[in-house]
Amino acid sequence: MKLFDLRGGVHPEGRKDLSAECPIRSVPLPKTLYVPLQQHIGAPAAPVVQVGDHVLKGQLLAHAQGAVSAPVHAPTSGVITALGDHAAPHPSGLPVPTFTLESDGEDKWIATETLDDPFTLSPEDIAARVAAAGIVGLGGATFPSALKLNLSRGVRTLIVNGGECEPYLTCDDRIMRERAVQIVEGIRLIAYAVAAQEVLVGIEDNKPEAIAAMQAAARGSAVQVIAMPSMYPMGSEKQIVQVLTGKEIPAGGRPADIGVLVHNVATAYAVQQAIRYGRPLISRIVTLSGGALKTPCNVETLVGTPVEELIAVAGGYAQPAARMVLGGPMMGQQFANTGVPVMKGTSGVLALTSKEIGQAEPSPCIRCSTCVRACPVGLLPLEMAAHIRASDLTGAVDLGLKDCIACGSCSYVCPAHIPLVHFFNYAKGDLAAQERAKLKQEATKKLAEARTERIARIERERAEAMAKRKAAREAKERAAKEAAAQAAKEAA
Amino acid sequence: MNPIAHSPHAHAPISIGKVMGTVLLALTPATLFGFWLYGWPAVNLWAVSLIAAIVGEAVVLRLQDRAVKPALMDGSGILTAWLLALSLPPYAPWWIAVLGSLFAVIIGKQIFGGLGQNVFNPAMAARVMLLISFPLEMTTWVAPLQSPGLLDSLRITFMSQPIDGMASASLLGHVKTEFTRGIGLEQALIGHYVPMDMLWGSRVGSLGETTAVLLLLGGLFLIAKRIFTWHAPVAMLIGVAVPALVFNMIDGNHYAGPMVHLLSGGLMLAAFFIVTDPVTSPNTALGQFIFGLGCGLLTWIIRTWGGYPEGVAFAVLLMNAATPIIDQYVKPRIYGRDRKGAALPANKG
Repeated sequence: MKLFDLRGGVHPEGRKDLSAECPIRSVPLPKTLYVPLQQHIGAPAAPVVQVGDHVLKGQLLAHAQGAVSAPVHAPTSGVITALGDHAAPHPSGLPVPTFTLESDGEDKWIATETLDDPFTLSPEDIAARVAAAGIVGLGGATFPSALKLNLSRGVRTLIVNGGECEPYLTCDDRIMRERAVQIVEGIRLIAYAVAAQEVLVGIEDNKPEAIAAMQAAARGSAVQVIAMPSMYPMGSEKQIVQVLTGKEIPAGGRPADIGVLVHNVATAYAVQQAIRYGRPLISRIVTLSGGALKTPCNVETLVGTPVEELIAVAGGYAQPAARMVLGGPMMGQQFANTGVPVMKGTSGVLALTSKEIGQAEPSPCIRCSTCVRACPVGLLPLEMAAHIRASDLTGAVDLGLKDCIACGSCSYVCPAHIPLVHFFNYAKGDLAAQERAKLKQEATKKLAEARTERIARIERERAEAMAKRKAAREAKERAAKEAAAQAAKEAA
Repeated sequence: MNPIAHSPHAHAPISIGKVMGTVLLALTPATLFGFWLYGWPAVNLWAVSLIAAIVGEAVVLRLQDRAVKPALMDGSGILTAWLLALSLPPYAPWWIAVLGSLFAVIIGKQIFGGLGQNVFNPAMAARVMLLISFPLEMTTWVAPLQSPGLLDSLRITFMSQPIDGMASASLLGHVKTEFTRGIGLEQALIGHYVPMDMLWGSRVGSLGETTAVLLLLGGLFLIAKRIFTWHAPVAMLIGVAVPALVFNMIDGNHYAGPMVHLLSGGLMLAAFFIVTDPVTSPNTALGQFIFGLGCGLLTWIIRTWGGYPEGVAFAVLLMNAATPIIDQYVKPRIYGRDRKGAALPANKG
């Protein structure tokens, strides 16, 4: 199959060899699990169980609320001991509403329904079951998957993303090598649910074993497995769509606008587990890697497992980690507190050495435009950063700030070590705050206007009522006077 | 706890110092060749330029209350002085080098706010300042391979000893002079234009601009190392060669051909080490191509019809001034948008 060219991109050192040959291992059942209510983009889930309740593995803990949301399930059986604040797996480490689940050690499932032929379900039924299973995009975006299915019915092409272009991460590589049959069934279920005419699985060519396994599993089906050149950010949604179809997602639009739906391979696996076995999303494959870990590996772990327990599984630290990262090194987030839990979107836990980070003090921009060459979107990172530095957000937006995918390619190659993506995310946050403030201002203005109008109306009504009363009184007085006059006349 | 750092948590093994160091490495063969060609006076001049730049920059940084070490260690001041030295007549007196270097790093760079802020290429700005202010010293050329002794060389550089016996003329200057005497090009070139000498660099000219081959190799090395792309250098060579070819075909006795132009003056040095200066050139591939083309074209125009025999430095400064305009109009197309910035239409087919 013909592949299409991409703009820009970088070739960071892969470092996948640290964990690529390690088969997926299981993790000892943690004693205490922390399950945040929000593990997805959208509104947090609303609790349906109470503190003190005994729950079974896979039991619904909190249901989706609002248009964009996903439910959360119990990762194991045990007792809910608290619903309160626990440190979030986020750079801030701020507390977020979280279930604390004390495991009873039995890991006992709720009653689940196994289907012999899931293709007898209707497409709508599949989407509903995916929604009920709490499945979100496992590539890292954590967008509720069922929503994507519902919004994408009738697309031409289903693209399944096995790119895994982030250095270090091998969780998708391993799941494709070890569970290709289930993934392909999941892919076929998604394709069936949206009635896609074409199914493409894109895998970077640095994963030959995964490609072979997926090709073997896809043989005889409509699923085409395609080797893509290894380049960062090949696994970004916009880029994988472009390289496989030659089409670009319109600015501000969604893949469905050009007849495409993109799902991650691990998401396809989760869909298969949910539809065929009725299992909600309560576990995922996580890569534990980085030069500071003794034995980097891939584990299948329950959502809610504290990160420190995974580090113990990886043999602990070989040397003090200069930085802990959740996700890949290019787009992942630093965290400090190892008590934070694994969530649905956690693809990797990295303990990096200072040599691996390669951090240096920023120096002045020499306008070398290496960042311009690296940007896969066609932006001018150096110019955008200059505008943001001068607090000219409008100028940065005019240069395409909102089209930035925050892939980090520009920061990665910058010889001056300028934290370009930091500038952009800061500006995006500032813009969002400004927009919120504007909305609030408009709402306040509307309320104030309504109040003025209401007061005026009340005044008006009061005045009218008073006038009416006065008129009535006068009429009465007049009538009384007339009556008196009449009476006097009659008396006379 | 460490302060929170933003992604990416990895970095390419590159820094400003490494970039500058690689460029200096690429300049080394041509520089050593210049030393061999012109002997000790060239070494003196080069050393004086570098020392003046380092000292001058350090003083100015101190006056601004800015950290001296990081700014000096980035190597940009050294590179500027080095490039300036290569563009000076090899027997020029020491104060030419000192004045030029100080002008380059202080007026050319620090006044604008330091590295990355200057509008004009500092080395070219300094060269033009020197050429306009000291035309005699800046156009006193010597024939190569005269190898003065160390003592003589010190007299040449530091005591401005007259060098009458060694004086010579550059090819471009010679041609211009001959034109004023009514002598045609074909006759003027006899004995002055030896293609193989021009190629290797055994010709009259500035300290490090004469060896086309070594400058070309240095440039190719930097392109291979991805320090810069081919766009600006190739465009500059095209900008000189194409009009030269056309006019040479129209009137061969008045307009020099492309090879004469490509191999003379500071063109090769400028094409690979001056127009590729990132600070003062546009930031897109197409912009750099336009920039290089303009530099080449203006060089040829100044050489052909201007008052000065060589126009590289003027051409570069003029195009430096045009860089913000080029950057304003030449921008890459953004993913999912058309050239004008509007979102692409939806197409569900």
